[in-house]
Amino acid sequence: MSQFHLNGRAVSVEAQDDTPLLWAIRDDLQLTGTKFGCGIGFCGACTVHLNGRAIRSCITPVGAAAGQQVTTIEGLDPAGQHPLQKAWVAAQAPQCGYCQPGQIMQAATLLADFPNPSDAEINAVMAGSLCRCMAYVRIRKAIKLAAAEMQQDATQGAKP
Amino acid sequence: MVKRMVLALLGLIAVISIGLLVLAYRPGLDPITPPSAGLFPPELVAKGKMLAGAGYCASCHTAKGGEAYAGGYAMETGFGTIYSTNITPDALTGIGQWSEEAFRRAMREGVARDGAHLFPAFPYQHFALVTDGDLQALYAYFMTRKPVTAPSRRPDIPFPLNQRMLQAGWKLLFFRDDAYGPTSGRTAEWNRGAYLAEGLGHCSACHSPRNALGAEKTAPDDRYAGARVDDWYAPPLNASNRAPVAWNQIELFAYLRSGGTPLHGVAAGPMSPVIHDGLSRLSDADVRAIAVYFADRFGAASDGQSAVSDAALAKALAATNGNGEPAARGASLYDAACSSCHYNSGPMPLLVRPELSLNSALTASDPSSLIQIILHGVAMDEGLPGVMMPGFSQALADSDIVELAAWLRSSRTDQPPWPELGRQVAALRAKSTASRSTH
Repeated sequence: MSQFHLNGRAVSVEAQDDTPLLWAIRDDLQLTGTKFGCGIGFCGACTVHLNGRAIRSCITPVGAAAGQQVTTIEGLDPAGQHPLQKAWVAAQAPQCGYCQPGQIMQAATLLADFPNPSDAEINAVMAGSLCRCMAYVRIRKAIKLAAAEMQQDATQGAKP
Repeated sequence: MVKRMVLALLGLIAVISIGLLVLAYRPGLDPITPPSAGLFPPELVAKGKMLAGAGYCASCHTAKGGEAYAGGYAMETGFGTIYSTNITPDALTGIGQWSEEAFRRAMREGVARDGAHLFPAFPYQHFALVTDGDLQALYAYFMTRKPVTAPSRRPDIPFPLNQRMLQAGWKLLFFRDDAYGPTSGRTAEWNRGAYLAEGLGHCSACHSPRNALGAEKTAPDDRYAGARVDDWYAPPLNASNRAPVAWNQIELFAYLRSGGTPLHGVAAGPMSPVIHDGLSRLSDADVRAIAVYFADRFGAASDGQSAVSDAALAKALAATNGNGEPAARGASLYDAACSSCHYNSGPMPLLVRPELSLNSALTASDPSSLIQIILHGVAMDEGLPGVMMPGFSQALADSDIVELAAWLRSSRTDQPPWPELGRQVAALRAKSTASRSTH
């Protein structure tokens, strides 16, 4: 059995410690926003945050999350209004949409590390998040929109 | 004639045997009734707790998932597997009947209370440097732990090497009972660092290569020259260290205090518990003293403030930003599986994005540590606590790991390719599979 915090709520799952965190999230805890793609950490569809950093939940054992903070696409923003989510809508980034929860969770870590990312930085950090619809151009656009909004918020927040 | 030769030979053997017996004989020390915990002043116990951290005793004297200090941790040596002993104050299976004198003798001379010689996997040659006062505090700490009944496991060492009497010969060859004294011409801080590192810290037990009989090599060039230990590689702690950005006192302090720095990466493998379960009990001043001592061993500027080499950093980061062969399979694997977390874009790498071009796992002469981390990741309580890396043992075939490691080595360092990479990947995977299926 593993106990951890999922989107701020204490949860426990009856699963062996080496069960992938993805199974615990989707099957045991019934949050299906996080997707299964390749199962070997090579496509990014299952990306969630572990203690605030993007991680592939398909190769992360649930035991590793014991006592830690896990955030999924459902918990990124309580109202689904994270700047990335708004930008995703504004830029009409998704086509089929399957990879997008993972893309957004990875992009959130990208913006935490590189608040004003260059194309090279976006390419390098997002390279592990595959999109079979080839929506990469719009994903990049959405990331830049979100970065601009977050920087604006930060500047405004800094004013007295 | 033949008869006389045989007799002479037998005589010689008898004389050698008796000599060895005399040499090896150590009297047993009387057992005591385990002292009650209340006999030891709390300040002394607290000091002992700190010192047990400095020696990270728990790392070897606790089995995985077992009770603290109850022993049973398996150590592979070139001679066989040996299991650590129970050092809780249990009367029958621990050290409950050991007097302080017996404890001191074990630490200083490697002899158990009953007179048996201990194997040098217990680094008494380092603990011989520890002061009486510190040994008294350690004794107080261990005698006030919760007694745990856990019989010691016999070492899996073949005859005749398992004969403890023979350890007397080893001691004659390699053990020097040098009491520690301050080195003149050095600051008090340097000497404190030397005392902690060479004594309880026994850093060179892992970081120095050993000779054929398992003793640390002591020639100046061999001391701290790096060594393979427990299927990991302990990098050199001397001027031969290949870190692209040279270690200095500030970097050493940050690494030993927090478990990682942006310029040198995180502590994984056996070094992780040394920092997080051991040195974490030391004051900042003591950790800084160790940093001062090793900065000197590394050959860093004596003021300890030598500036980070901007040129070395820029060169390493330039390699990261992709002038390797883009068509290489290793590059594709890296883009898909690694760069989302490990990519950096100067001028300074981020602490939470360990920069591989600066990391000893990649620059070391032995790839074991890199392979272990690719296979098994870095657990939540290792490296930087709270940040974990998943392992890729299920995702990457041996050939993938070989190509990834070889590409990283060639594109991010100026070191020669690792020979026998494929053999090492296969061996380390086989070993971890075997150990996981038995636990």
